[in-house]
Formats: sequence, C-alpha cells, structure tokens
Amino acid sequence: MKANKSGNNQQPHIISVAVENRFGVLARIAGLFSARGYNIDSLCVAETEDPTISLMTIVVKGDEKILEQIYKQLNKLVDVIKVQDITGQEFIDRELVLVKVHAANSTSRLEIMQLVSIFRARVVDVGKKTLTLEVVGSSPKVKAILELLRSFGIREIVRTGRIAIGREFGK
Amino acid sequence: MTGSEILIEGLKREGVEVIFGYPGGSVLPLCDHLYDCGLRFILVRHEQGAAHAADGYARASGRVGVCLATSGPGATNLVTGIATAYMDSIPVVAITGQVATHLIGNDAFQEVDTTGITRPITKHNYLVKDVRDLPRIIKEAFHIASTGRPGPVLIDLPVDVQRAEGKPLFPEKVEIRSYRPTYQGHPLQLEKAWKTIRQARQPVIMAGGGIILADASEPLRAFAEKTSIPVTFTLMGLGSLPVNHPLSLGMLGMHGTRYANYAVMESDLLIAMGCRFDDRVTGKLDQFAPRAKIIHIDIDPSAISKNVEVDIPIVGHVKKVLEQLNEVAEPIPLKEWLDKINQWKKQYPISYERNGLKPQKVIEEISRLTDGEAIICTEVGQNQMWTAQFYQFQKPRTLITSGGLGTMGFGFPSAIGAQVARPEATVIDIAGDGSIQMNIQELATAVANRLPVKVIILNNCYLGMVRQWQQLFYKRRYAFTCLEGTQPDFVKLAEAYGAVGLRIKTVEELEPALKKALAERERPVLVDCRVEPEENVFPMVPAGASLDEMIDGLA
Repeated sequence: MKANKSGNNQQPHIISVAVENRFGVLARIAGLFSARGYNIDSLCVAETEDPTISLMTIVVKGDEKILEQIYKQLNKLVDVIKVQDITGQEFIDRELVLVKVHAANSTSRLEIMQLVSIFRARVVDVGKKTLTLEVVGSSPKVKAILELLRSFGIREIVRTGRIAIGREFGK
Repeated sequence: MTGSEILIEGLKREGVEVIFGYPGGSVLPLCDHLYDCGLRFILVRHEQGAAHAADGYARASGRVGVCLATSGPGATNLVTGIATAYMDSIPVVAITGQVATHLIGNDAFQEVDTTGITRPITKHNYLVKDVRDLPRIIKEAFHIASTGRPGPVLIDLPVDVQRAEGKPLFPEKVEIRSYRPTYQGHPLQLEKAWKTIRQARQPVIMAGGGIILADASEPLRAFAEKTSIPVTFTLMGLGSLPVNHPLSLGMLGMHGTRYANYAVMESDLLIAMGCRFDDRVTGKLDQFAPRAKIIHIDIDPSAISKNVEVDIPIVGHVKKVLEQLNEVAEPIPLKEWLDKINQWKKQYPISYERNGLKPQKVIEEISRLTDGEAIICTEVGQNQMWTAQFYQFQKPRTLITSGGLGTMGFGFPSAIGAQVARPEATVIDIAGDGSIQMNIQELATAVANRLPVKVIILNNCYLGMVRQWQQLFYKRRYAFTCLEGTQPDFVKLAEAYGAVGLRIKTVEELEPALKKALAERERPVLVDCRVEPEENVFPMVPAGASLDEMIDGLA
C-alpha cells in the first residue's frame, strides 16, 4: 500500500467552477485553497447566462493528487454546482491584458506598433512617454508579446487571468 | 410572525425538543419567544458547553443537536465546540445572534464575523439578511447537517431579522441543486469489491465512526459473521460491534491492541468502512498495511484516496452499501488467518500491572458494574485512551469522545447533552484532572437540571498524556504538566455546586464508591480517584513509527 504523497509534476490546470451567485461563495472557494496551502495562479468570476449562477475560472498548479483533492473538496462545498477540469479536454482559452509600455521616442513607437499589428493587439492610450496596449489572446500569445515588449520597458501590467471554454467537438 | 417565531416554528417542524444555549444582547428577541414556546432550553454556564452538549445529544440520540449563543463572544465561544463536531461529522445546528444588519461591518458592540470565522469548521453556514429566506434556511440547515457526511451548520441571525415580520412559508421539500450526496454504492464497484473480498485470505474490516453515524452496526455484524472477517475499530468506531465479539480485534492505531495492528499490517485486504485513515490510525503512512489491497466505503468522496491510495473506492451510505454487500456475501475460508489472530490475542492481551489504584482498574470496574452498556463520555488524553482500551463497549452510540479535534473539556458537557437525550441511561464522563477543569462550570448546569451524570476523575495530578510523551521523548522534563499542589479539592468543589463529591485512594474503596455514584439518580456525582500518578498508556506506536513497532513500556 502506498502513501498518497504528491509528486513534483506541477502542471497548470484550468478549472471551471459553476457556483451559486451568492455573497460569501468566493470566500468559501478561496478558503478551501488557502486552508490547504494551494496557490491560485489566477481566478476570474462573473455571472453566467443564468443570473443565479456564477462561473469561476481558476488556474492552479499541482500534480494529479492535488488536483483530485481540489476537485473533490470543491464538489463538497454546498454552493458549488459543477466542477470541470477544462485542461483535460479540447478548449479555447483567452486572457485580456492591459500593458503600459515605455515609448518615449519614435523608433520604439514604430517597433511597438509593428508588434501590435503582428499580434493583433490594440493601442488604447497614447501618452508622451508611454503607449498602452490591449492584448487579447491565448496563453502562449500573451506570453510572447509580453516577452517582446519587455525590452522597451513595461511600466504596468493589468491582467484578467485566463478564462476558458470547452469546444463542442472536444474529447 | 416575527423572525424569532419563524425560527422556533421551524425548529419544532424539524422535531427539535431541546436547545442548549446562553442568552445575550443579540438574541434577546429570540430568547423572549423561547421563554414560553414549549421547547426545552438548557442554560449552560459557558457557550462552549452548549456546543459540546448539543454534540453529545446528537451522538447519543442520532438526532440533530441544537445550540444557541449571542453574537461576538457568544459565537466565538461556540467555535471549539463547532470544530469538534465538524471533525467528527456530528449533526449540530448552531444558532447565533448577530448585530443588526445595518451595523454589520461597523465593528459594533459584540460584533464578530461569525460566518467568516466558522466557514472552515462548518459543513455550511448562513447569514440571514432577509426574514423571507429564514424558513428555507432552517429547513436546509437541518437537511445539510443530517444527510450525506453529517456535520455542523450555523445560522447567523441578526437581531433586526429576529424582530422583522415575515411569513412562515416553509418549503415542502429541500431542493439544493448543488447538494446531492450519493447513498447507494455503485453496482460495478460492489461487484469488484466482493470479487476481491472472496479471494482474500487475510482480510480485515476497519470500522470507523461512519458505522455509528449511519446506524450500520447490524449489517456490519451480519457481514462480518457471514464472511468471518475480523473487525478492528478506529476510536470513533468503538461500539460498532461488542468489543468481546469473537471477530473483534479491538481498537487499532497508536494505542490500539497489538493484535489489531499486527492483523492490519499482515492483511492482504483491508476493508475500510466510514473512516478516513487518520494519522493516529495509520502510524507511518508509507508502511501502513504494506501488502493489503484497500477497499474504502465512505459517503464522502474527498475522504477516499486522501491519505492512502485506495484500490476499490465505493462512495455511498455505509449502511446501504453493507446491505448491498450482504445480498451476495458468503462464507470465506479464513480458518488459518483467524487461528493466527487468536494466537496473537492470547499472546498480546491488553494488560497492565495490577497493583495499587490504577486508572485502568477504575475503568475495568466501571465496565463491569455497567455491563459495558453505559454511555461513556471521555475527555482527551490518557483518560480517553484507557477508556478505549478497557471499557467493554457493547453497543453503538455509547462512546462519546472527541476523536478528530481532541478537545479537552468535551467530555463533561457532552455527557450533559447525552443525559438529556437519554434520561434513563447511565451516563459517565471519564475525565482527567486537567480536562475536567476546562468546563467544570457545567456542574451548575447538571445540578440545575437534575442530571445524574457521573464524573470519574482519574486524578494523577498531571496532564498525563503530555507528561507521558515528555517522559518518553523529552528526557522526563515535565514542562507545565504537573498540577500537584495547585489542584482544587474536587469533593468540596462538587459540593459547592450542589453535586455529590466522593474521593477514593485505594482499590478497596473503588467498588463501593462507584456503586454509590451509579445509584444516584438526582444529582451529578463527581468521584475523585487518586490513581497511580505516573502510569502510562501502553502499547504505543511512537509518532512516525509503523503500526508493528509498538512499545510496551519504558526503554
């Protein structure tokens, strides 16, 4: 008989949690993670097409054992209606990022504008010293453009965290 | 109707007969209605006592226990009791007053974020902001507390909601779309389980508190007797079968019997029922039952494969699952295995050196004089473990003990709750001289309500279990565990409260004193037993050792 120890395989998982749209529910979910020392990478909450239900998209790292406990513990909460590990199926994920980049001279402005066009981002604010971009995309795309923008000097980043939805013809 | 009246109506509809509680500013409207509403109100002397009494009431009766406290300190004083009930999955509904809704968040007088504080120690909790939600919430609270894996539910009721006018529109049925516990075991899993059980040659059943909570003793006995599989108990599972049943191995774990631990370690199949593989049960986890396949029956999916990897999980109500299993169960040839176990039983009986007034002797005598059929509450520490080892439990719901949280001060108030639930029963709190002082104020409650609870103090002038660990692992440095010379006179203390106080110092005085205590039907009795001070609980699996590395004495 083996003890149930967690290993080192720390994959990010996107967990979609449908909950009752009531006060205190977010605290219950957050408490569940904090009480067990699980760190939440990102968390998005908003109402669904049914106003009595909120959907939380939680990105969390952990091995299978931790994920299994998270899944079971979430299901145990009375306010949780449905838990799905989106990562296990075909899915589409998006994140919205607002990023303020240093752009004091015309060369860097030009280069940034090129990146904006390649990554289909948008400039949403222009200042004397900075450009603010809106980037929407999947995780690799967001990662790539942020990496490239870093060389210009990133002043500020605000991210929504990832949201995800399963494909109709998913596995 | 006002919120208070709706609450009381709701409690009556749920079959509540008694509330353990303490009044205060934020429950004044509620108390005013409770005053002459026909429900019995047991006034405790500290809110912690109310929570433990409601818990003891629930454990002794199988019904939901109810406690009540005011906001702020009233609510925080319930916290230990609620956590105790949560760890042992006991159905309790706690009602707390709260400051008026417009003051919430203002740091008002006696305000505390009760639902916030109790969120991790309740199965669910509610802050009632609108009196219209109250009927549904009451119904849901009792439903959630008593179904699935039971547990405490708290209702926080602001004082203005208690006064608000509303309609007592109670829903017919509870409909919670997100809460549907699984009761029946999955047929395929059951088939797989039985196939595995049939082929096992050294199987052991491990019966936990779930057997007691699910009232599954009868189908457990039927299953064990039909298959002749021996049964060991966790602390919470004691009473599932009579301890002296031929198939009983007694308790396993840190202070379990050698034969139970050996059987588990040598087993080829462990059938765990209604238990959660607590660290006090498994010892060193990666050496626990090394050759065994594991079947785990539990109503809580999150208990399965949490600590140990399970081969065949069955999620369901253990009584229902056992009944399903009993439909297919047949005798299994286990003679060799049972012979081996009986050999261990003969070789390694639970014992102690019989000289002087030993705590074990006190418990043996209580067991003999009550035929193992009294309701036994314990505090936490040596008193608890000796009780588990030496009291011959015959029936379920007769051991009431804080297994999970290990709450000192639990025994006496829970005994009060048990006595209220079972007025005809003999209810005994086996206490230590440390634990009893943690809720001794409840003597007043017992006297006021003419509850003849017997408190047997195994008085060794030490915080014995901690002292034992200090003796074994901290070079006998008895840091803060000696109570010698600072102890109250327990006999006088009992008498001051209007209870009966007795003291014994020798074995000869034991039987007469216990008989006198057992004969008392009107008042609580406190028996101060001056036992051997440095007696230890053995056998013992030291922390971090595996179950077969038990020690029997001082090295």
